[in-house]
Amino acid sequence: MFDQFVVPDLLPAAPEIFLVVMASAILLIDLFVKDSRRTATFALSVLTLLGCAVIQTMTWTPDITYTFSNMFVDDQMADLLKLFLYLTVIMVLFYSRAYVIDRGEMNKGEYYVLALFATLGMMVMISANSFVTVYIGIELLSLSLYAMVALNRASLSASEAAMKYFILGALASGLLLYGMSMIYGGTGSLELTAIDEVLRNDGANGKLLVFGLVFLIAGLAFKLGVVPFHMWIPDVYHGAPTSVTLLIGSAPKLAAFAVVMRLLVNGLLPLAVEWQNMLIIMAVLSMAIGNLAAIAQSNIKRMLAYSAISHMGFMLLGIVSGVVGDASGQFDAAHHALAAYGSAMFYVIAYVLMSLGTFGMILLMARSGFEADTLDDFKGLNQRSPWFAAVMMMLMFSMAGIPFFIGFFAKLSVLMAVIDAGHTWLAIVAVLFSLIGAFYYLRVVKLMYFDAPEDATPIGGSADMRLLLSVNGVAVAALGLFPQVIMALCAFSLLNSLN
Amino acid sequence: MDFQTFVFYFLSAILVFAALRVITARNPIHAALHLILAFFTCGGIWALLQAEFLAIAIILVYVGAVMVLFLFVVMMLDINLDRIRQGFWNYLPLGAVLGLLMVLEMGLVLGNKALQIPASAAVTPPGVSNVKEIGRLMFTDFVYPFELASIVLLVGMIAAIALTWRGRKKSKYINPNQQVFVKAKDRLRVLQMPVEKD
Repeated sequence: MFDQFVVPDLLPAAPEIFLVVMASAILLIDLFVKDSRRTATFALSVLTLLGCAVIQTMTWTPDITYTFSNMFVDDQMADLLKLFLYLTVIMVLFYSRAYVIDRGEMNKGEYYVLALFATLGMMVMISANSFVTVYIGIELLSLSLYAMVALNRASLSASEAAMKYFILGALASGLLLYGMSMIYGGTGSLELTAIDEVLRNDGANGKLLVFGLVFLIAGLAFKLGVVPFHMWIPDVYHGAPTSVTLLIGSAPKLAAFAVVMRLLVNGLLPLAVEWQNMLIIMAVLSMAIGNLAAIAQSNIKRMLAYSAISHMGFMLLGIVSGVVGDASGQFDAAHHALAAYGSAMFYVIAYVLMSLGTFGMILLMARSGFEADTLDDFKGLNQRSPWFAAVMMMLMFSMAGIPFFIGFFAKLSVLMAVIDAGHTWLAIVAVLFSLIGAFYYLRVVKLMYFDAPEDATPIGGSADMRLLLSVNGVAVAALGLFPQVIMALCAFSLLNSLN
Repeated sequence: MDFQTFVFYFLSAILVFAALRVITARNPIHAALHLILAFFTCGGIWALLQAEFLAIAIILVYVGAVMVLFLFVVMMLDINLDRIRQGFWNYLPLGAVLGLLMVLEMGLVLGNKALQIPASAAVTPPGVSNVKEIGRLMFTDFVYPFELASIVLLVGMIAAIALTWRGRKKSKYINPNQQVFVKAKDRLRVLQMPVEKD
């Protein structure tokens, strides 16, 4: 009965396997860690992620590999996103270390183990080629994050945030599953590449598919946090401990981008006309509500939450310009898709880099019993620490999209793709809302440089964190001078991944 | 409408009704009982489709374990014991009705020879076992999501323990070694204070 069974090729999934083994080992080793600072657990977690990065580069191949009965795909988009993912999680761990140690309740081995399992969930999402793996990856990520938000049991707002996140997340998973089951019913396959083939060949049952697509996109929008499914973002960003907010606000965006690419571009490209229209509505609403609501916030975590909503809306613009109705030639269409999806990918990577730095700054200023999460806490930062005020200024300029920071080139490349696709009005709307958005980013700069500090405590932070944060800030500026580096990487990886 | 279609519509009607009651019932215990009915009816529909493994699994796992646990939790939240005992008689009519309904459903689907329903159109060829096929797929084609699902369960376990474990309770443990070395001055403090006059 098992004579046709072939042992799947495990090599493409080597980083995942390594991560699972190490996370389970760390879970056990942590029981024997006596040190209250959990240095061993921390170091092992960082080493694990570094190990994953090494394995990822060593098993790199230029072609697309499918394994585990086509449920797992390893292409260059996956490789690049995973490498950025490891880097992001490593930085998250470094930034959050002091914060977690100051709050003894959170400084448990589980904090690191859950972060590693969340990373695994994101890796599964990035490499998913089947509805089943997409769903399980999302659940693995979400479950770990729910628990991490609630890990600080002393904080009432964290428990509230975890509860909201959990319930809305479960609802979103339900919507996603419903949509998936509809599409499965319409095409008869769970495998994304097979669905694409079915749709190309015989069109399938259009109404059923569009019905499923609506639910699928609603579920995805929940996970991405775009309007009208954004309600959880401000509450969770605000209520969660800042170190967990940092994790939620950075790495999962990479994975969410990958899932959107897998589901909509790899799987449902023949339905592009339908989903592009839905995404356009969500993108415009996100930019409007995100940027306008952020102005009214006095809490910087909440402000950044609305900013995240608007940034995700902006990123969607890149994805909606991939397929143009009247694409003339085959080569032209492929070239066009490459530019559009590449710009969205560049945008996500740039956003993650900026968001890491900004939340890192909040963590740097926080200390035991003090969260530094209101805008007023940033008043007069220049007098307390000119260098970190400069780092924050660079990050804010980049988020606002002021030339020549990386955020500017991210916005520029998306806008160019949008105009190429013929949606000139969309580009104008995007620029207008970015202008409105610039106000609240520049307000932070104004508070730092032109207001008197409210408290004169010197900026703390360990040497490694200060160094990493400085590098982060400088990278935002330096990559703005050489945006081609990442842009070329994105284009190159997508060139060999889009079929 | 043949008998099989009738059974299908009958079960579907109950399923929709029960699911509606789950979200409209004000009393959480009523909602939970209706959820049990919904799961059970779902099992019946699956049995009609000849997916007997899923039917048994949903009844064993959801009705047998998950929902009973759920009911326990709902009842636990109400600590007043007297009210729970009173509740028994209050809930008995509803429980009895739902129970009878389930017996009726089971009779319709599994039934005796007289009510035996013909196999549905989408029959599996004879000799193919549902359970075997699911098992084979689970450990070959679906081994990757299967393993990942186990990790999801592990994460659930880790999360549950991390969120609820509050450390060992401080017991009244006495270390004899320390007791032996106790000196009077550890226990008794002699204070010098001025004499008070009244």
